[in-house]
Amino acid sequence: MTRAPQLRYLADGKRLHLQDGPIDLIVEANGTEASVGVAYSAAARRFTGLLDELCDELPLLRKAADPARCLLRGKVARRMHDAVAPFAANCFITPMAAVAGSVAEEILAAMLQNAQLARAYVNNGGDIALHLDEAEHFTLGLADRPDAPGLLRTMIIHADDPTRGIATSGRHGRSFSLGIADAVTVLARTASQADAAATIVANAVDLAGHPAIVRCPARDVQPDSDLGARLVTREVGNLSKDEIDAALEAGAITARKLLADGLIESAALRLEGEMIVVGAREIEGSFGFRMPLRGSAAEGSIHA
Amino acid sequence: MLTEPTPADDKIRCDACPVMCYIKPGAAGACDRYANHDGQLVRVDPHIVLERTVSHGGRLVPFQATGDWDGKIVHEPSVFVTAIGAGTTYPDYKPAPFIVSSEIDGVDMVTVVTEGIFSYCGVKVKIDTDRYLGPETATVRAQGEAIGHVTTSEYGSQMLSLGGVHHLTGGSKKEGRVTCDALMDLSNCKPVDLTIDGGANVVVQAGYPPIVNGVAEERMRVGCGSATIGMFAKQWHGKVDEVVVVDDHITGVLSEHQAGKLLGIADTGIKMKGRRSTPGRYFQVAEPGTGWGGTKISDPLSVLGPFDAKKARPGVTMLMVSTTGEHAAFYELDEALKPVEKPLPADLRSSVERIQENCEPALCTVLFMAGAGGSLRAGVTDNPVRLTRSVKEALTRVTSGGAPVYVWPGGGITFMVDVTRLPAGAFGYVPTPALVAPIEFTLRLSDYAALGGHMDHVRPLASLKDKIETLQVSAPGLRA
Repeated sequence: MTRAPQLRYLADGKRLHLQDGPIDLIVEANGTEASVGVAYSAAARRFTGLLDELCDELPLLRKAADPARCLLRGKVARRMHDAVAPFAANCFITPMAAVAGSVAEEILAAMLQNAQLARAYVNNGGDIALHLDEAEHFTLGLADRPDAPGLLRTMIIHADDPTRGIATSGRHGRSFSLGIADAVTVLARTASQADAAATIVANAVDLAGHPAIVRCPARDVQPDSDLGARLVTREVGNLSKDEIDAALEAGAITARKLLADGLIESAALRLEGEMIVVGAREIEGSFGFRMPLRGSAAEGSIHA
Repeated sequence: MLTEPTPADDKIRCDACPVMCYIKPGAAGACDRYANHDGQLVRVDPHIVLERTVSHGGRLVPFQATGDWDGKIVHEPSVFVTAIGAGTTYPDYKPAPFIVSSEIDGVDMVTVVTEGIFSYCGVKVKIDTDRYLGPETATVRAQGEAIGHVTTSEYGSQMLSLGGVHHLTGGSKKEGRVTCDALMDLSNCKPVDLTIDGGANVVVQAGYPPIVNGVAEERMRVGCGSATIGMFAKQWHGKVDEVVVVDDHITGVLSEHQAGKLLGIADTGIKMKGRRSTPGRYFQVAEPGTGWGGTKISDPLSVLGPFDAKKARPGVTMLMVSTTGEHAAFYELDEALKPVEKPLPADLRSSVERIQENCEPALCTVLFMAGAGGSLRAGVTDNPVRLTRSVKEALTRVTSGGAPVYVWPGGGITFMVDVTRLPAGAFGYVPTPALVAPIEFTLRLSDYAALGGHMDHVRPLASLKDKIETLQVSAPGLRA
């Protein structure tokens, strides 16, 4: 007997919540009522069975990606591979590093194949795929405390910007990190690329051998983690301001390299209240802290 | 609470989804929804809806889902306190697990939240299809076990009545277990494979089209064959000489039908098989089945006798179409007055498409039906019959997982609820076997006191937050 995913509207009646196993998506489309309905149906249809597709190839998805060839068959699995392949020659990375962004992209693509939409996004636990029609934009908020109504930064993504994917990685949340960043948010051309790049940059925010950092083999926490015996960050003790800056700079070096290689559009790295922004263009909006989100600014915004 | 250290290899494998995580004691799987609690697989979000509200400092809003249902995607109702995962105290005469007070629109309200264990329960399934599923009263089986029967059909739909105390506890152990599983899956909006004695195999899933003998149903018929003639006669007039709408119930014939007569459509010499009801309306033109219009035919000409040579003439045109527009064919009589199939002209094709357009999407819908027994009611009040009376007098609002219910008139509290309106995974089971379903009673605090409520157990909503962590219950349906 097959499982059925959860398909439902959120309380606002506009956003769709799709959940199956570990996949949790928030979807919103803007357009005519009819096209939004068609898009949501398409999203629900594509979502059904998607987890099973991925799980069919799970053992291979959990192995280090081969930069030269891809043995995966599924469309989403291959997209995951393609997103991590640019990094695979230089470090250990598995396609799982791009699973969230790749799923978000797939659901967005299913909606756009079936409906004409002004704007749409698929948010997979912070890894977001965007669609913007001509002259449309999204306002993006970076929140450091999801439970408090304040934003660290806002930025506006216009239709003519290349960014269509946003991802955040760090040592909090469900996935493991080899680094100590609280959060690294990356803007890239696609959600899968952003997802993979955020993982790489967050891993690079680190202080090798620092005694205040507690690490343990990933498989001791999650027996089937794709990271196996690799040490993942469990706790970060007190760090001096210089140490924080050094760790962030280590990540920023990686981020600048990815930027130069055209793999990302910009990145914001956060550790212990400090932040470094690496980007081709200046992030718009307030540079002050905790810009409150009010009134119309809240319309159509996404919390990354 | 301190527990003994557990051996490091004491991991369990979760089977809630195909990721099949290995989970170490004290840890959660990749989804953060299922965890290993002392070697037991537990669901850690039993009170998620409530928890979310409380942790966001939100007030509870009354219990109704709003918005129109598009037939596919479940609208999440406004936030409510549900009984899902609340646990139950059955069969003891103890107060229900949660008796929660809150203020709604300035009125002090109390909600008694419990999970009922229902051995008197079942589901009524409405399957939108004209296809023949099986004779009335035929046994419906899951995994070979009898779990219910075909009951009176409704307009455009076949109806099944499944479960009930006789299948749950009156037959073999296996029959009870299979019935319980099927009811739980249907109630949790999962697909269930059913076979009907002397009839079809059908996969039923609440909110989805039925799959009859491997074919997904798309549309409900627009009406019976005769009704379809009435609806479309004007659109056919002048474009074709004869139209036959093939239907398992009443097949319609344009030239003989009252609608055709009113338009002055001439006799065509057509001869129908089957039993004539009134002019242009025929019963039993073919055996029921999964072919044209819910009959078993694949060649529509098989419902016709030879044309009457006195009335028919060569060149007469005829459209044959099913009541859903899924099948259509166009014919012209040759010199021997035999119908010869020809390509369907464009203006007739559009009328066939119009029939399709007017057919609603076929769905399966599942209503869970159960009766709240004495001990469940005793968890609410020390004088159970007063709760029944209070419900009948509409002083007490009954909901199931926050969804509105229909309470059957007469004795007891027998209710029905659309399973798609409950949050996912709302139904569980006990090995009795019986179904576990959430049920909430909401009433004014003063009314609660008057009916003998457990006033010493009423607690304010805010006090629940700490309680939630300790209330980890086994996920319904998981055999950990």
